[in-house]
This record gives sequence, C-alpha cells and structure tokens, in this order.
Amino acid sequence: MLIKTVMSGIGGQGILFSGLCMAWAAMYEGHFVTYLPSYGAEMRGGVTSCTIAISDEEIASPIPSAPDYLVLMDNLSLARLQSQCASGGEVFINTSIVSDRPIRGDIELVEIPVTDLAESSIGVRYANMIMLGAFIGRTHLVKASTIIGNMDKILGKEKARFKDKNIEAINIGLEYTSKET
Amino acid sequence: MKDKVLMKGTDALAEAAIQAGCRCYFGYPITPQNELPEYMARRMAEVGGVFLQGESEIASINMVLGAAASGVRAMTSSSSPGISLKQEGISFLAAMELPALIVNIMRGGPGLGKIAPNQGDYYQATRGGGHGDYRTPVFAPASIQELYDITMYAFDVADIYRTPVMILGDGMMGQIVEPTICRKRQKIDLPPKDYILDGARKRPSRIIRSLILDTLEMEEHNWKLKRKYDLMRGKLPQHEEFMMADAKLIIVAYGTAARIAKGAVKRARREGLAVGLLRPITLWPFPTQAIQEIAKKVKHFLVFEMSTGQMIDDVLLALGGKAECEFYGRPGGVVPTPMEITRIVGRYWVQKEILG
Repeated sequence: MLIKTVMSGIGGQGILFSGLCMAWAAMYEGHFVTYLPSYGAEMRGGVTSCTIAISDEEIASPIPSAPDYLVLMDNLSLARLQSQCASGGEVFINTSIVSDRPIRGDIELVEIPVTDLAESSIGVRYANMIMLGAFIGRTHLVKASTIIGNMDKILGKEKARFKDKNIEAINIGLEYTSKET
Repeated sequence: MKDKVLMKGTDALAEAAIQAGCRCYFGYPITPQNELPEYMARRMAEVGGVFLQGESEIASINMVLGAAASGVRAMTSSSSPGISLKQEGISFLAAMELPALIVNIMRGGPGLGKIAPNQGDYYQATRGGGHGDYRTPVFAPASIQELYDITMYAFDVADIYRTPVMILGDGMMGQIVEPTICRKRQKIDLPPKDYILDGARKRPSRIIRSLILDTLEMEEHNWKLKRKYDLMRGKLPQHEEFMMADAKLIIVAYGTAARIAKGAVKRARREGLAVGLLRPITLWPFPTQAIQEIAKKVKHFLVFEMSTGQMIDDVLLALGGKAECEFYGRPGGVVPTPMEITRIVGRYWVQKEILG
C-alpha cells in the first residue's frame, strides 16, 4: 500500500515543515517514507510544495504521480495540482485564502479556514500546523501523538522554543476536525 | 527505529564524509547540490575541519589536490557543468595517485542545461572524464541510506587504491529526504600514507608530480595505473539483483532510474510478467561478469536511463551479442513514473513474444 500526499502553498506559509512533521511521524511509526520538497528561488512567496510518500514497502518513486491527498494553502496551488489528484482522492483547502474550488466531481473536498483559525487563536504563522492537525485528524495517516511526542527531535535545538505553540496548533486542528468534518 | 533520522540526500552525504574523517571540503556553488556545501560550512566548523568556497571549480579541485597531497581526507562536490570544469584536476589526481572524493549531483545538459535530475554524465564519469589514460571508480547509490554508506566506503576505496573516486547522483538523490541510520565509521586497515608531503624532517624528500618526460618511465607509469585499474575491476564491482530468479526480461538501471524501474518490476509482476531488475551500484568498474552470468539464462534485456542512452554501451559490451537488448530513456530532466516504465515493459514483452 502506497499513499502519496502533496502539500502546497506559498513560500513562508510553512507547508514544507508540516510535511516534514508527517514524514518524521511515518518513520517513527515504522513505515517506509520519502519526503521530496520543491521550492522556488525566493525566500518568501515562491511556489512551494512537498510530496510525502508513505508505504509498507520500499518506495520506488518519490515524485507525485497521482497523489491520494492534496493539502492546498493558496489558489495557485489548487490551479496547479487539482488535475493531478487521484480519482476518489481528498483535497484539503485553506478556505481563508483559497477562493476557488476544484472543478472535478470525483474528488472529495474538505474545507478548513486554517488562516482564520490561526489568527483568532495563536497567530497566523501557525496556520500550517493547524492544517496538519486537521489533516491527520481526518485521514489518520499518522498519529498526532507521534508528532507531538517527537516534536523536540523534529524541531532541533535551534527552533526548540517553538515547540509548545506548534503542539497547540496541531491540537486546534485536531479539535476542528472532530467537530466540523 | 529510534536511531533513524530523516535526512536529505546532500546532508546525508556530507555527514557521512565527516564521519569518514573528511576534514577538508572545497567547492563552488551550483544547483542542485548547494545544500551539501551549506551543511559542510556548518559542520566543518564544529569538527575543526576546513570549509572553503573557492573562487571557481578549478580552484576548488586543485585545493582538494593540495589537501590530499598533505595526507588529509578531502572532497569536493558540484553538478554537471561544474564537474566539467574540475576534469583537469581529476586527471592530475589520477596521475599523482592521490585519494579524493568528487561528488557529481547530475543535472540536465549539455551546456548549462537545467537543474532537474538527469543521468547524462555517465560517459564522462565512467570513461575517466579528463584527459589521459585513467579511470575513476564511480558509485551510483539509489537510496539515502546507501548514499550515506557508500560515501564512507568511497573514502576507503580512495585510500586503498590511491585514486580519485566519484559518487554519481542526480538532482533527485540530492533532494529526497528518507530515513537514514547515521552509522559510525568502521575502522579498517588502510595502507600507510607513505607518500604525503608533511615536511622532510629526518627522511628523504618526496615529490608528487604528474610530468614524466622520460618515455619509458611514462609508459611504466601508465602500466602501473593499468594494473591498479585491473585490480579494481576484480574487486570493486557491486550490483543489486531484484526478482531475478525466474525473470525472462531484465531491466538494467542505476540510481534514481533504478528506483523507478523497481516500482515498474513490482507492477509488471502483478500483471504476471516475469521481470527482474539488475542495478549496477558501481558504474566503473561495471558489473560485467554479473551480466554475463545472467545472460546465460535470460535472453531479453531492457536498459532504462534518464538520458538518451549511455550505460547501454556497457550492457551491450557485457552481453557481447548473447542476448537481445533494447533501450528506453527520458532525458532533459523528466522523471518518468513506474507506470510509464511498466507500459514500456509490457510493449517489449508483447513485441518480442517472450512468453511464446
């Protein structure tokens, strides 16, 4: 079984880190995993995405041929990626920023206003982690507890001070999923 | 599980080099391998080594030469156009029999090409690359763990045979992040470095040079190198076999292409096609003998490369006409999917009527 997820947004939204958290968790839960980042030359504002492949056997190709899940943080990501999604796949959309909707009828849409949720709670910079919490709360691809339990290792020494807020953000996402979707 | 970490290819390679005792890195920036010098810049400061961004690729490879001559484990890295610039230095390293590691994270070419993954530098890597009658061992890992392990091993090979060694990856191998166990270095018996320039106090002076004007002396130097290359041909070849026991068609692919091919083999097997994969891990010396052994049983080969076809020459040389061999390639930075390769395998299967 091979499940591919593409997370995509604008450089600076933190989508690479969300994907990396999921990849670490998949590894700790004993799966084969690959994580392939892709980003523009810009420090902020470029097209940014990552592909996380999780499998119970060796992963042949880390590139997203027909991802089962899409996590989209901006309009451009939706325009760029919706045609790639596997039929029957799920598309998670940050409705605070994404005004468009997929034109395909064969994919399931999950709408979460993560930027609004972040702004009204712990700050807009944590929208990515709220999305991650909401995403795994619904898909159960990895356990939230695995990410939370290993946050020290994932963040490393330099960013250790962001641990608590990241965990709080994941919990906000989890809570939103359990109530709304 | 707990000792595994997620590592990017370039970081894993750099960390393995540090663990292997590499204490000098010289390089000049080029995408898609810039994360490697970035990692080195930080880590060399921590371990008391030297990180230096040269004024050019040519300067960097000659700094490697200088460090190697003084007995330090040294390396450089670049991507295709940068590696072309380093060829003179690599030729000199080979001539002077100095150990060094050169990493090529291949990108599209010729010329400046593009920064997407590509396998167009196979000829350059396996045929020596620079001028003169020499070879360099070339390793082509296909996972981050293997990249890590091979980097450590490559430094030992360089010291044992006193030769520059190349690791040939591509943009994908550099960028992909995978679980990796950062093993500590296994100490092995290495020949004493009795050639290095460390001050001629209480010993006769030593000279490391590549200019040999006496014809017979030069000839003997060439034969000496040849004997060394023959020794490597006997000892170094490595390859991986996957689902080959009952295979009627063998895909030959290396590096990223081999990963994709492995996925294609699994897919083809689900369709009932008896397909296997042979993945050369060393590109020079090429696993010629392994292919010759297999060709006694299997009569159909398909070479898949992310180029217009270079390794296929080595496969054809190995086969010597004893089996049929076709080629499929995607140059230009295209990374095909396993499904695409499965389709090619299916087409080949039907065209050659392998079952009939």
